[in-house]
Amino acid sequence: MVETTQFEKVDVIKASGRIDSHTAPELKEAFDGLLEKKRYSLVIDMSEIDFLSSSGVWVLLETQKRCRRRKRGDLVIASANDNIQKTLDLAGLKHFMKIYEDVDSAVRSF
Amino acid sequence: MPRETFAARYENLARICEFVAAASEAAGFGEADAYCVELATNEACTNIMEHSYGEDTEGKIECSIEADDKGVTIVLRDWGKPFDASKVPGMTFDVPLDELDLRGIGLRLMKGAMDEVEFEALSVGGNRLTMRKYR
Repeated sequence: MVETTQFEKVDVIKASGRIDSHTAPELKEAFDGLLEKKRYSLVIDMSEIDFLSSSGVWVLLETQKRCRRRKRGDLVIASANDNIQKTLDLAGLKHFMKIYEDVDSAVRSF
Repeated sequence: MPRETFAARYENLARICEFVAAASEAAGFGEADAYCVELATNEACTNIMEHSYGEDTEGKIECSIEADDKGVTIVLRDWGKPFDASKVPGMTFDVPLDELDLRGIGLRLMKGAMDEVEFEALSVGGNRLTMRKYR
C-alpha cells in the first residue's frame, strides 16, 4: 500500500508492511509516476514499513540516482525503524542514503 | 524439525518469512536476530525463484528450520538449475552513486545476516542451501 502527499517542493511517499520482490513494483510505480511529473525532491516515510529486502533497496537506490541527476533532486528516508536500518547497514548502503528521524526533518532538508 | 513446502512465487515470500521468523522467536531469538533470519531467508528464496527456477513458475521450495542450544539452522531445498554462488559478482562501494552496481546485494545480505551460508548443487538435481545463525 503506497500513498503520496504533495507539498510545495517535496513529495512524501508513505508505504506500509513489507517491501519485497512481490510488493516493490508498487513502490517503483509510485516513484516513477512522480518522476514523470518532474517531481525530484522525494521523501519516503518508512514509519509503517516493517521489512525491507534487496528488491526494496534496489528501488530506493535507482530512484535516488534518477533524482540526484536533477538540481536539488534527492530521495531521502524518514522514520526508518531498526529493521530497515539493519537491511541498509548489511547491504553496505547506509552512507549512500540520507536518513532523517521523522518526516518533518526530512521535508525541511530540501 | 518444522518443515514446509511452498510454491516458488513472490507472493509466498511473506508466508515463508513468517514461518522462519516464528520458529526463530520460538527458539528464543530476539527481534533483531529473528529479523536477520527472516531477511536472509527472503533473499535466499528470491534467489531460488529468479536464478534456479527462472521462468519456471511451478517450482517448489522446501524450508526446514532447526533450533538447538547453539542457534538456528535453516535449510532450503529446491529442484531448479544448479546455482553457483562463486559466479555472483561482489559489490564495489568506492564509486559515485551513479556507478553503484547492486548486483550481488542479495548474497551480501544473506552472508551479513547469518553466521554461515553454504550452497550445494546436488547430484540428484537442484540445490540445498544451509544457513546458520548462532545465539
